[in-house]
Amino acid sequence: MFDPERAEKRFGCGLAPGIAGPASAAEIMERLRAPDEAAAAFPIPTFSQVLPRLRGLQLARQARRTTATDTARAETLESYRALRKALRLDATRWGGHVLLRRALTRDGLRERLTAFWADHFTARGDGQLWGLVQLPYVEEAVRPHVTGRFGDMLRAVMTQPLMLSYLDQHRSAGANSPIGQARGRGLNENLAREMLELHTLGADGPYTQADVTELAKLLTGLTFHMERGFEFRPNLAEPGAETVLGISYGGETARLADIYAALDALAAHPATAAHVARKLAVHFISDRPDAALVDALSGVFQSTDGDLAALTEALLTHPAAWQPEARNVKRPVDFIGSALRALDLVPRHIPLTAPRKMDALFTAPMTLMGQPPGQPPGPDGFAEDDLDWITPQRLAARISWAMTAPFQIRRALPRPEEFARAALGIDIPAPVRSAALGAETRAEGIGLILASPAFQRV
Amino acid sequence: MPKLTRRHMLALGCSAAASPLMTPVTFASTPGENRLVVIILRGAMDGLDAVRPIGDPGLATLRGGMGKDADLDGFFGLHPALSPLLPLWTKGQLSAVHAVSTPYRDRRSHFDGQDLLEAGMGMDALGQTRDGWLNRLLSLMPGAEAETAYAIGRADMLLTRGASPVANWAPDAALTLSPQAKMLLERVLHDDPLFRIAALEAISLSQAGLPEGEEITEGDMMNAMAQSSRRAQRAAAPTEIARFAASRLRGDTRIAAFSLAGFDTHARQDRNLPRALERLTEAVLTLQETLGTVWEKTAIVAVTEFGRTARLNGSGGTDHGTAGAMILAGGALNGGRVITDWPGLSEADLYQRRDLRPTRDLRAHLAWILRPMFDVSEADLTRTVFPGLDMGADPRIIF
Repeated sequence: MFDPERAEKRFGCGLAPGIAGPASAAEIMERLRAPDEAAAAFPIPTFSQVLPRLRGLQLARQARRTTATDTARAETLESYRALRKALRLDATRWGGHVLLRRALTRDGLRERLTAFWADHFTARGDGQLWGLVQLPYVEEAVRPHVTGRFGDMLRAVMTQPLMLSYLDQHRSAGANSPIGQARGRGLNENLAREMLELHTLGADGPYTQADVTELAKLLTGLTFHMERGFEFRPNLAEPGAETVLGISYGGETARLADIYAALDALAAHPATAAHVARKLAVHFISDRPDAALVDALSGVFQSTDGDLAALTEALLTHPAAWQPEARNVKRPVDFIGSALRALDLVPRHIPLTAPRKMDALFTAPMTLMGQPPGQPPGPDGFAEDDLDWITPQRLAARISWAMTAPFQIRRALPRPEEFARAALGIDIPAPVRSAALGAETRAEGIGLILASPAFQRV
Repeated sequence: MPKLTRRHMLALGCSAAASPLMTPVTFASTPGENRLVVIILRGAMDGLDAVRPIGDPGLATLRGGMGKDADLDGFFGLHPALSPLLPLWTKGQLSAVHAVSTPYRDRRSHFDGQDLLEAGMGMDALGQTRDGWLNRLLSLMPGAEAETAYAIGRADMLLTRGASPVANWAPDAALTLSPQAKMLLERVLHDDPLFRIAALEAISLSQAGLPEGEEITEGDMMNAMAQSSRRAQRAAAPTEIARFAASRLRGDTRIAAFSLAGFDTHARQDRNLPRALERLTEAVLTLQETLGTVWEKTAIVAVTEFGRTARLNGSGGTDHGTAGAMILAGGALNGGRVITDWPGLSEADLYQRRDLRPTRDLRAHLAWILRPMFDVSEADLTRTVFPGLDMGADPRIIF
């Protein structure tokens, strides 16, 4: 049954001394349906807003190659470096804003859902520039849709340059399309395969290799341009109709509408409902979730046509979601975010404009914990299995961070016994209480509380 | 008996006392006595500069004078930064393989190149690489368990990723805890086996790099706290990584893998490449010093994602190319020679008139190293470890 502290730990960003938790599941939903205050307070631009800067950098880089004199080359190099440095600095601030949103929001579930869906639709940028723009992708394609329809989010992510580039869709052409014939280009199945396996039906879903190939043919034409962003280019599209899961799409003329129709059908498929329901339950409740909970979520997904607010509400109102035993381990971003929250920060505590400090305090430690920000290991995102997170190396990184980072972030640390109440709530295990009191320094006492399973499990 | 891993033990609710690290008991027979160390050189090492074809008249045309290098066999010379390894060459414990590459061609992206190198696959696998060849090798080794292979360092390497258990440890994640903090931490974690076992292993591994019997003092801990922001930015030194690798390889571990970065020398290569090569030299020499008798059974294989352009560019560096070199060391080597089908450096010999031409597949040499060291069949190597590989003739790299 509903418990305010459990709600903040399990479905929010953790307990915070100065922020009152929700009194009911209805109140959580109310906050979630209200305007996105955290995003307004700590803004991150959308990918579309950042694209012109990437284009500017691309042009500056090209200019370096085409200039005639050494002086001109030095100037273009200088301007390229200045642009890149500015983008790096901004990306550092966006990363800090993600943590500040978690530390200060009254609507923690929105942050958790955004992270969950960003992981479900993992897209990663490689290289010196595209590696910096994963957060703008999430801001544009994922965050606005966490209480919308699954089909709309699917459409939004599949029309994002970062996704199209990450899964090679921009390199795919119908072999019989005008461009395919003129330049000898052909099909790339990567996006089609991941869309079926990871984004919709699931790895054990009811599809065959033929469906993958047909979907890949249907998706040809989805691409992007560095100035105009997302584009559908019919001259890349394989001519003729394609049959995916028994339904025929398209015809003589290639149309974006046919691709959207296929996305809608995949979004509405019962296998997608089951896949998403299970992932949600695993992420929020347990690696081995209650079967009745998964069935209930799957049912709501189907009966509401993938309404994600209804799905989330079903999760929050199901009795299995409130079992007292904490079965899941926080991921590194949840661990750090909730630690900052418990530390009762103000924004100036986070050195947003000092990239080296931000790296030392957050990026490098999170990499050692196994979750380098913005750099998931593959299209299937970060691991869900608790055993993947609590390995000797990764736990060592958590403990080291817990013992050292709070003191660097906030010199005036709270007393450990007060911090234990702020971070863990009423239910403080006896060994944690005595360790907090027995520590030789405040920093150590706080580290021990953050290192405890009571803090790291939800 | 079924193989026991940390995962299984956790599932069974075993106590920490039964962890393979906590006791000298091993739960499965160890697969052979040979040791393999794989070092991924990130950034595309310039093979032409590391192992210089001084006997090829094309080199001077392309590169001009390269300064002083150590003559290996009259045709190849060694970059000065690698010259501390010369005694190994004399003993037959150093080799290079030249003009090799993975099947990766023409796009010259570090990320794709490293993915294919670590996945051990062909161009058709681009974008679909989920596991690494070292992990698939483990799946063929009877009795392999989590301690058999170690991935060392903070980065999650595709090379070791996959279904087989691989232990991970980053020396820069070492816990610096005072005795009091350690005691209290053990108390806090005691009732949760997942946390307790992982933390005890971490504490034990943190001691592995330290000299015998050294205890962390409270002063160390305060110091670590003050320094931790600096420390966190800097990955562990190659000597630290090598020392840790050796500490495991002297025990039950058979395979260790880590990466060294800094080989992307687009400008001022004369200044930047030596730094990177020195790190490799340090790693190899530290392994030699700390492996003891195990050195005789060890092969170190240093590989990179692709080579660099044959000509220097306008800023004294080189750009992304195609073929490069592998550097091999260890007591298990039938070494003291550069293995190559040398393609030549004249304009017409170059790949696309710009890069060293690959004459053999880097993976074939890896396969011929694994074949005798771990008694893996050619069929398994060409089907499972490196799918679709043509191994070609045996270069007899290992004794």
